[in-house]
This record gives sequence, C-alpha cells and structure tokens, in this order.
Amino acid sequence: MSAGVGGSRAGASGLAIETSGLTKHFGRQAAVDGVDLAVPAGTVFGFLGPNGSGKTTTIRMLLGLAAASAGTVKLLGASMPGELHKVLPRVGALVEGPGFYPFLSGAANLHRMDAAGPHTVPATRKLRVGQALERVGLAHSAGKKVHAYSLGMKQRLGIAGALLSARDLLVLDEPTNGLDPQGTREVRNLIRALSHDGTTVFVSSHLLAEVEQMCTHAAVMSSGRLVAQGPLADLRREGTVRIRLETPDAALGRQELVRLGLVPAADTLEPGGDGVQVLAALPASAGPAVPALLPEDIVAHLVAAGVRVRGFGVERESLEDRFVALTGEGFDVAG
Amino acid sequence: MLPVDATAKPPRGSAWSLLGSELKVLFGRRRTWALLLALAAIPVLIAVAVRLSSTVPAGRGPAFLDRISQNGLFVAFTAMLVSVPLFLPLTVGVVAGDTIAGEASHGTLRYLLVAPAGRIRLLLVKYAGALAFCVVAPLAVALAGGAIGAALFPVGPVTLLSGDVIQPPEAALRILLIAAYLAVSLAGLSAIGLFLSTLTVVPVGAMAATVVVSVVSQILGQLPQLEWLHPWLFSHYWLGFGDILRQPVLWDSFASNAVLQAGYVAVFGALAYGRFATKDILS
Repeated sequence: MSAGVGGSRAGASGLAIETSGLTKHFGRQAAVDGVDLAVPAGTVFGFLGPNGSGKTTTIRMLLGLAAASAGTVKLLGASMPGELHKVLPRVGALVEGPGFYPFLSGAANLHRMDAAGPHTVPATRKLRVGQALERVGLAHSAGKKVHAYSLGMKQRLGIAGALLSARDLLVLDEPTNGLDPQGTREVRNLIRALSHDGTTVFVSSHLLAEVEQMCTHAAVMSSGRLVAQGPLADLRREGTVRIRLETPDAALGRQELVRLGLVPAADTLEPGGDGVQVLAALPASAGPAVPALLPEDIVAHLVAAGVRVRGFGVERESLEDRFVALTGEGFDVAG
Repeated sequence: MLPVDATAKPPRGSAWSLLGSELKVLFGRRRTWALLLALAAIPVLIAVAVRLSSTVPAGRGPAFLDRISQNGLFVAFTAMLVSVPLFLPLTVGVVAGDTIAGEASHGTLRYLLVAPAGRIRLLLVKYAGALAFCVVAPLAVALAGGAIGAALFPVGPVTLLSGDVIQPPEAALRILLIAAYLAVSLAGLSAIGLFLSTLTVVPVGAMAATVVVSVVSQILGQLPQLEWLHPWLFSHYWLGFGDILRQPVLWDSFASNAVLQAGYVAVFGALAYGRFATKDILS
C-alpha cells in the first residue's frame, strides 16, 4: 500500500489514535468517561468491552460523527474534528454495522460512498471499487441489489467500503459481526495483510477470542471507562499468577504457603482420590530488588516442611479471566 | 495494493461527484419514478374523463376544464392548476423530507460523513437534489398534459386571460413558464422539508410533517382573519401564475414569489445548517 496522502502516518508521538480525557454525556449519564486511548501506529489494536460499554460512542467521537462533551481526539496526528477534512480521507471506517441503500447494487453503493469523498479520483473509481469487492470476496455479487444480500455479505461490503482508497488507519467496529466461521477467518487474514502493509487497524469487538487471535495491542472498556490498555502480552502478564498444589496434607500445605507469602484460596478443592488441591495466588512482585519467588523454591520448601506433594503447577490467569475480572461477569448490559 | 499513488500526483477529486451521485440515486430510484408517474397520471385522468363525457358545463369544475374539448393544450393548464394544492406538495414533501432522514435511516449518513462528504457540502447537495425534483415534478405534469391533450383533442390557438390570442408554440412556452413558476414555488417548501429532515431519523415523519406544513399554510391562507399573515405564507403565490397567461406577461407575481421563496430558503436553510452542522450522528 502506498503511503498516505502526504504527511506522516502518525503524530510526532507515533500514535495513530490519541485521546485524552475523552468524555461523552447523554443527558446526565456518561456513556464515555475520561478515556485516554493511545493506539501506536502500525499495530492491530483490539478495542474490547461488553455491549454498552461505550465502544461505539468512542468510535463515533474518533471519526467526528459525535462531538465530545470533554476531552480531545487526535487521529494520525491531526486534531479531530477540527482537521476532519484533512485526516478522514486517510481513514477507512466501518461504524456500527454496514449502511447501504437496499435499492442499489453493491458496486453502485461503493461508487456512491467513494463519490462522497472530496478528493477521490473519479477516473480510477471503477477499478478501485472492483478491487475492494474482490478483496472481500464479493466480486460475483457486485451487481446484485443490496436488499438481496445476506447479513454477512453486507458486512463484507461494509469492509470493502473501508478499503476503497489507500488508508493509513482502519477503524472497524465489530467487523466479524454476522459472518460465518469462514468469513471470520477471511477477515482476520485480511486485517493481518493490511497490517503487514503498514496500516494501523483499530478493531472493536466484544469477543475476546477474536482480539486474541488478531491483535497485537488491546484496550478494555467497561461502563464507559478505559480499564486497561497495552500490548496483549503485557495485559496477559498483568493477570495474577497462582499455583496449584495437590496434597493429602492440605492444612499443613496452606500453613507453609502462607509462611512463604502466598495467599491460598479460602476453599480447597477435592480433585478426587485421596488428595486435595490448594490454590494460592502469588503476590505481586514487590519490586525489582526483591527476587521473585520461583515455583521450584516453593516445592523445595513444601517438601522440606513435610508436605507430601503429589502434584504442583503454575497457572497464569487467562486473558479471559482477566477480561471478566475487568468488565464484570454476567449478561447484564452496562447501563 | 491500489494503483492510486496519492503521493505521485495531487488528488484530483471532484466536488461535483457527490451531486452527480445524488441525482443518479434520486432519479434512479423506483420511488421517484412512481411519484413522477403519479403526477403524470393527473392530466391523463382529466383528459380521459373529459373525452368520455359528452359535454362539460361551462363554469363548473376547475378553471379551463370546459375549454379542454376545444383545445387539448388546456389539459396541461388544468392539470397544473389541480396539482398545486396537494399533489405537488405531497411529492415534494416525500423527496425533501427524505433528504437527511432517509440517509440516516439507511445508515448511509455516517458513511457519507466519514468519507468525508462534509456536512455543509452534503446539505447543499441534498437540497440541490430536492430542487431538481421541484423542477422535474411540474414538468412531468406539463409534458404529460401537453402530450395527452394533443393526442385526444384538437390543438389550436389559445385565448389568454387578457383576451389576446397566441399560437400553439407560444402556448407551449407559456406552459413551460408555468412549470418554472411552480418549481420556484416549491423551493421554500423543499427548504422546510430539508430542515425537518435534519430533526429525525424517521423519513416518513419528516415527509408527513412537510406535507402537513404545506396544507396548514394553505388553510391559513384562506382565513380572512389572518390577512396580515398571508403575504408571509410560502403558499401565498402558489396559484398566482395567472399573470403568465396575459399578454404581455406580467412578471410581478413571479418576482414576488421568487423573493418570498428565497426568504424561506434562507431561513430554513440556515436552520437546517444550524441543526445539522453540530448534530451528533447516532443513527
């Protein structure tokens, strides 16, 4: 992909998206509350959060569709919405599902979308529309009216709309919504390929697995607040680590673990057989000066103390556990 | 990935692309053609009804009706007169009310703005599309009227309101002038529709509201108690195209109408801009 329309791909800070204190009130309620996003250029950035956590509202403010109640947005180094006309031609977007004229064909819809841009070149429009349709696998349905499209086809057409020109940043709101597993995989590959070409991809999703599979970075929203963000590896590391001890001497084992500074879970689990399982969280490292407690040292200490160790393991909290811990469990849609 | 190397040559976009696209979408829609066909059906119905009845008593029915059987050109005059109070405002209400709300309901508004079409540019293009319909709608009535009139009745010299007689080619020109008069008459209503369309994401609501406004304006225009208000109603000159049927043409009402409509366009255009420029697009 060629470099964008003049200028750098990101601000001096190397961030493709940068918000500070971004807030949106609807009436008294804050749908988005003091969000400080920092999306490094060149990353595939997952924007995670349950339904109703403020993801789409944030995206609307990023793209200048809605005005922020407070805070600032910088897109590719340009402030929004002030420099909207300069920056948006370099941004492809899929916002809250595709939107098309049902009475026009897929290709005609893309033609219109492209014609809406003030700087798109009419001479190459047909070619670019054809290529975008090709990329999302809709070349054969290009002439069909959109009302005859399935949900997945509309979604693909929406993604094609974001790819009509060379883009430096793609903002894709739930891009795999309504797609079959095959389509989901294709979108994932497409995003990887685009990222490989140097495009920053900002993908919102409520599906953790999806983000885990294609993103390098992620941010987590909960009830309008940004509760975590960073490289995916760091987010994983931030989760607590715990050990699992299988022993018939549960009481003694607990006692020794506490002495080592671990925090055993209140209940012991019966894994069957004559042993019991003790789970204990490793304390967060007190700093670089304090050497970390190594699993083998724990085992050595337990054995020396007379605890019969039948099984021992270190479990890192999965990203899913972390996600649930950050956003709360259950199906309640955040108000 | 794409052959467009934006760095090699400066982007040569066209500001007119969107207007072209708008007109293509508007006049490529089946609904627009249905509206125009419905308008064209009015003169056809009138002509057929007159043809099938033996005589039309003079002085009954719409003006000019009794003259149709002697001169087919009067089908066009009659049909335009008949369509002014309701049919033309109805179709214009549908098109103008749909401008922004229709895009919002399709979910295309956000994509147009992200393109970025620019809010002012989009509003102007949308209004231009509505105006184009205002030009085409009376033309549909006039052309269908002329065609069906010529097909079913003899065509001959037309006696004007001033008593002068003009030949058919000049009469055809007068018919087109009346169509232009009606197009100007509908400009204000279109601006009102555009404004109402920025208030909602339900196009039917904006359409209905626009039509209601046109009806209310005409009702107010009939109440003698509100005479002070009448010159300010956008429908005040709607039926004032009789001056075009004089020799020489009296342009007074055409000019007054144009000024009045321009005022409405300015006021409601500004309101639409004020609303749309800062509106949160949440649809």
